Order: sequence, then structure tokens, then C-alpha cells
Amino acid sequence: MNLDFTDEETAFREEVRDFVRGSLPRSIRQKMLVNRELTKDDLVTWTRILDEKGWAVPHWPVEWGGTGWPPFKQALFIDVMQQELAPDTLSFGTSMVGPIIYTFGNEAQKRRFLPRIVNLDDWWCQGFSEPQAGSDLASLRTTAVRDGDEYVVNGQKTWTTLGQHADWIFCLVRTNRDVKKQAGISFLLIDMMSPGVTVRPIQTIDGGYEINDVFLDDVRVPSENLVGEENRGWDYAKFLLQHERTGIARVGASKASLRRARELAERESRDNPARPDLAQIRARIALLEVELKALEITQYRVLAEESRPDGGNGPAASILKVKGSEIQQAISELMLDLAGPHALTPLMPADTDYDLDRSWAGTAAGTYLNWRKVSIYGGSNEIQRNIIAKQLLAS
Amino acid sequence: MDLQLNEQQRLLKESVQRLAADLYPFEKREAIRLGETGWSRDYWRQYVELGLAGLVAEEAHGGFGCGPFETMIVMEELGRSLAQEPFVATVLLGGGLIRHAGNEEQKECLLPQVCGGELLLAFAYLEEQARHELHDIATTATKTADGYSLNGSKTLVLHGYDADLLIVAARLSGDRRDRDGIGLFLIAGDAPGVTRQGYRTVDGRPAAKIVFRNADVSSGDMLGASGDALAAIERVADETIAALAAEGVGLMDEMLNMTIEHVRTRKQFGTEIASFQAIQHRLADMFIALEQARSMAVFAAGVCQDEDRERRAAGIAAVKVQLCRSLRFVGQQAIQLHGGIGMTMEYKVGHLFQRATAIEALFGGAEHHLETLASGGDSSPPEPVSDFRTRRCFPAASRPGQSCPARWAGRS
Repeated sequence: MNLDFTDEETAFREEVRDFVRGSLPRSIRQKMLVNRELTKDDLVTWTRILDEKGWAVPHWPVEWGGTGWPPFKQALFIDVMQQELAPDTLSFGTSMVGPIIYTFGNEAQKRRFLPRIVNLDDWWCQGFSEPQAGSDLASLRTTAVRDGDEYVVNGQKTWTTLGQHADWIFCLVRTNRDVKKQAGISFLLIDMMSPGVTVRPIQTIDGGYEINDVFLDDVRVPSENLVGEENRGWDYAKFLLQHERTGIARVGASKASLRRARELAERESRDNPARPDLAQIRARIALLEVELKALEITQYRVLAEESRPDGGNGPAASILKVKGSEIQQAISELMLDLAGPHALTPLMPADTDYDLDRSWAGTAAGTYLNWRKVSIYGGSNEIQRNIIAKQLLAS
Repeated sequence: MDLQLNEQQRLLKESVQRLAADLYPFEKREAIRLGETGWSRDYWRQYVELGLAGLVAEEAHGGFGCGPFETMIVMEELGRSLAQEPFVATVLLGGGLIRHAGNEEQKECLLPQVCGGELLLAFAYLEEQARHELHDIATTATKTADGYSLNGSKTLVLHGYDADLLIVAARLSGDRRDRDGIGLFLIAGDAPGVTRQGYRTVDGRPAAKIVFRNADVSSGDMLGASGDALAAIERVADETIAALAAEGVGLMDEMLNMTIEHVRTRKQFGTEIASFQAIQHRLADMFIALEQARSMAVFAAGVCQDEDRERRAAGIAAVKVQLCRSLRFVGQQAIQLHGGIGMTMEYKVGHLFQRATAIEALFGGAEHHLETLASGGDSSPPEPVSDFRTRRCFPAASRPGQSCPARWAGRS
């Protein structure tokens, strides 16, 4: 048993690091440093830079643009990318609908949709949650009724992240109301330009507009946009939830933000050495570094487990979501407290030089408020604890 | 020890609750928050009519002569309602500084105007380089022939953009972090040399960044006589923390009530989520945190009147620690238990959480105050002093003002 990187792994990490440092536009890096919203253009630009390198969808099958790297190398790649403040590619495309299509879709769907996901020609959003179907997603009510060679879709999706930019939405819809709820769900791909699709922005408590309601009123969807079999959609959704394990702990991103916290705390020690709460804040940073180190290793252990032929989905994987999200939130609290009273004054549009300027404090509250979502989304931490407990008690 | 509200206090509470119910239903408050100034002059007039602007000024100065317990009662309702109006800025901070640091002429000219709703005040103290220490001041007040010239830059001046008069903490002598040599100066918000940039704090309330460039004031514009204003500043900060503790209690009470209502009605997996024990235990923990903070808010109203500076400071530090910890826990859990809708601006609970976060950062966070307690000789909060009876407040006999300098007149 050995936790050291091999020479090859170390060389690979350096290669990824050098690539990002050489090609990530500075303006995007600055935004990532202070957790500012990226524009659609920002993400398209970066995705195409990655695509040119052949790294936009490294975890995909090689025939559709993947690199063929083993899972551990995939994890190293993501870790370094996040540490270097590179934005993730649009996960709804690259980690959700893309894998669904290449696993369960037909050839026509693969040829039509996959290349356009890779270079972000098509911006995808996720139509899963509904006002009455959050944690209990299977109770969703959006219906799709077959009419000739079309489905007629009616309902409402909510918490649709970045839906305002979207060209397409992948939806879980109810196609059979007479069976157990999980057994009557289908996976449908819907063009956002279809008549009857309305996007309504929702402002979040950090002041941003990253989520939306999507209303579907008699939207006609060609039946060829059904993925896989009718009424098997829940299985595909479960596959998706299990599939995107790597990165959910956001270890690399948290390493970057904790490193930033440490730098700022050190700057504080120089500028305001007599500041009374500084010692306690630095102690919190140290403790989070410990927790993050432990989480990083847990992630590698989960990967190793899953790579084994008999490796299953044990309870350890839920640790990644619970602990990863709690560490993220703790880091945001740390930054909030480090900013002190200056957290109250939001960043003005004119403040641009985030590296050097004290204006980082103006982003601390926004990040703190926004990141309350990480313990809610992706399967709330309460649900994750249920999953862990259920598995522990079943064994 | 007497932990009951007296008759007058009960009446005060009811009348503020009635006012709040009228002024601050969600849509009405949203209209104000999204409006140009972020607060309502019309609403402020209603505060004045109810006597709130004159709550704590002495009767001789146009006020009701009430004290921190009455302030506590008012602030809890203002917290619950997410009131945007300048009660803290004008009455507690501005009015407080005049009451504690002003000379007789200043009190007699300015306080009746505040009580009558004609004068809006704002306290400019925080600077870019400062953190939670009130004596970290680089803005200078340089002696001139007729008075002083102010130079420097202030941030987070609550309600500073619309204030008629600013009260500016500036340094007459000493180094940036010296406790001595600080003075308080009155200056019109639109005086020559004063540049204001308005913005909203993260909880949507109005504040300003203000730059002073050779902004001249008369010698009579310095509050009081001595250049030793830190004692008064700290006293007013302590009283304001006590008030914020009560506002925080109102916020938390409302967040808990909304959360209880939500989990009772929200159904997932075929049942109300209130039926899950994890949720029930969370509610219980929120309640414990709220009640601990409420207790400290009561304690604060007493201890902020303690003339013994060190005892008062230790007491208020303990209050702020409890307040911050409770606000953070109750706020975070309120959002978590609401799920996705707690994250949106469409629902009051998110707004309450924003304000809770803002209050934490005002006048020192938990760890700042914990350090005060931990490093002091006696690290435990003092016993509540039992002879702080709540003052009986009387209706004000209004006094005609003496002839006051025109530059101290409000525009409201």
C-alpha cells in the first residue's frame, strides 16, 4: 500500500498544471479566484481551448473524444484543473446527458448530440427538480403524452442551473401514471426553442441569477428524442447519479480556496498583526487543511474500491458529498470572518485587480450565501446520511 | 430580578407590532428594498409619529427618556420585519453619540430635530485598513483657524448617503491605532469636500463610502470638548450591539417560525418532512440557539448601561459571541430545512439570513469578542446587575429649540 504518486503521475500532474497556467485566460482565472459568475462566453472559450488539446471530455469513450485514461488519472486531472482555478466544463453536458446518450442512446442520437456537447455548441441544462419534487425526485409530475410521433410535455422544472443560456434541456418526465412512480418515468431531450418552453430567472440570495424555472406548456417533442426505452428513465437517472462521483467532493477546488485563505490570513498578519481574531482564524485554516487532506485520501480510496472488479457502491462514496460540501461551506465561513466588516460591502464593478487588492472582501459574503446550496443540491446532506445509515445497517 | 415586561413595555411592543404589520408585509418591504433609496421617508414619518425616533432621547431634548430595554422591544420587531428604515443609524448611532459625547448646545439643537424626524444622522467610523477595532482611524482632523479640516475615507457608513449630518470619527493626534486622540465631528453630508458614493450592503440596506478632502468644520462642530471620543464611541457601540442582539432575536424567531411552518407543510416521500426525526432535532437545536440569544439580549439591555467600562465591555463581548453563534446556526439551518426555496430571493427566509449574516459582521464577530474574553483577566461575563431597573418613560413635552446653527438643520 502506497500513497505516493509515481513518477509518471507526477509528470502528468505537472503537464496539466503547465497547460492550465499557459492557456487559461487571465480574466477567467481572476473571476474563479473570487468565485464570480462566469459569462456564457467565458465557459465556451475555455471549453474550446480544452477541446483543442483533446481534454474537453477525458472521461468519455475514446471514440467520442475521451482520452482513455484510467479512473485514477481522471481524478488527478480534475484535481489539478481545479487547483489551478480552471472552470469545470459544463457538467450538464459533459458529465450528465453526454454519458447518458453514449451509454443508453441510439446511434443517431450519439452522432447528433455528442460532438456538439464536446465543444459546447449545444448548451445543456438539467430538467429534473420540480417545486414538489426535490429530494423525492421520483414523485415528479411533468407529463409526456404520446401523440403520433411526438410527445406532448406539460409541467414545470425548477432549480434549472444556467437554463437562461441553454439550447437543450434533458428532462425526466412521467410517461405512465399507472405504475409505481419510479417505473413510469422517461428520459426526454427537449429543444429549448420549442414553442411552449418558457424560462423564468430566479434570483438567489447572493444576488446572482444562476437558476431558473422552466415552464413546459404543450411542448411537442419528436419521439426520436426519447433516450433508451420509455419508462426506463429512472434507471438512467440513477446511473447518472452514480456516474459523476469524481469531482463531487471538489477537493481540488477546496485546495485552491484554502490556499487562498491561507495567503490572505498571512497578508492579514503582516497588515493587521494585532487583529484579535486572527489566531483563531488561522487555527481554523489549519484544521480544514487536515480535514481536506483526509478527504483527498478518502476520494482515492473510493476510486480504488470502484476500480476493483467486485468494487461496489459502498457507503464511503457518500462521504465525498457530505464532507466535501461541509468543507466548502466551512471555507466560505472562514473567508467571511476574515473579511470582517468589509464583507458587508459588495465588490463594485470597477474593482478589477483581485490578486492584489483588498477588494476580495467584497466577494466573501456572496460566496458564503451562494454556497449554502452545496449541502442542499446533488442529494441533500440529510439524504446522503440516510443513504450511509441504510447501508451501514443493512450490512 | 424581574423578567416580565411592564405595562408600558407591553403597550410599546403591541404598538410596534401593529406598525410593522402595516408597513412590512413581504411585497411592501420588497418595494422599498428595490426602490431608489432602499428606505422610505414616509415610513420614517410613521416611526416618528409613534415616538420611535425619540425613544431614547431625554424628555428635555424632545424624547421619551426610555432606555435599552425599550430599544430591545422595538428592535426585535424591526428584526422580525426586516425594516430598512434608519432607526439604528439615526437614533442609536447618531443620537447615541450626541447624547454621550455632545455638549449642551449640541444636544439641545440636534436631538429635538432627530426626535421630530427632521434630521437624519449617520456615523462614519470604519476605514479600509480597519477591522473590528473602533480606534483604528487614519482619517485626520487638522486644526485650522476656525476649526478643523477633515481628510480621509470612510466605508460602510450606514444610511450615509441620505443623512443630513454625518458624525465623523477622525484623529486629532497619535498613530493610526492609538486609543487617544480621536474626535467626533459634525458635518453636513453635502458639505464642500465631502463626496458620497451610495451602495447597498449584502442585506440590501443603504450605506455609503464617503471621502473627505479638506472638508472644513467649525470648532463648535466637534462633539463635546475633549479630543477623547473613544470612550463615547465604545459606549454607543455597546448600546448598538445590545440593540442588534434584539434585532437578531427577531430575525431568528421569524426564521424558526417560517421553518416550522415549512416542514409542517412540505411533503416528500409521501409525508410531511416534519415527521423525520432528524428534522425535529434540528428544530429543537434552532430553538435552543434562539433562546440562548434571547437571554443574552435581555442581559445586554442591562449591561450596556454599566458605567464600569471593563465590566460593560466584557458583558457586551459575551452578548456578541452568543448572538453571532446563534445567528449563524439558526440562519444556516433555516435555509437548509427550506431546501431550494431558501436559496431564492422570492421567499422571506433568505432575506432574513442575509440580514443575520450582516449583523454578525457589525461591531465585531464571534472570535474577535471571544479573544477579548479569553485574554482578559476575568474571562467570565459579569453577573447581571440587578439594580438596572427599566426606566419609566414619559411622553415628551416638546421644547422649542434655542437658536441653533443653520448648518445643523435637517432637510427632512
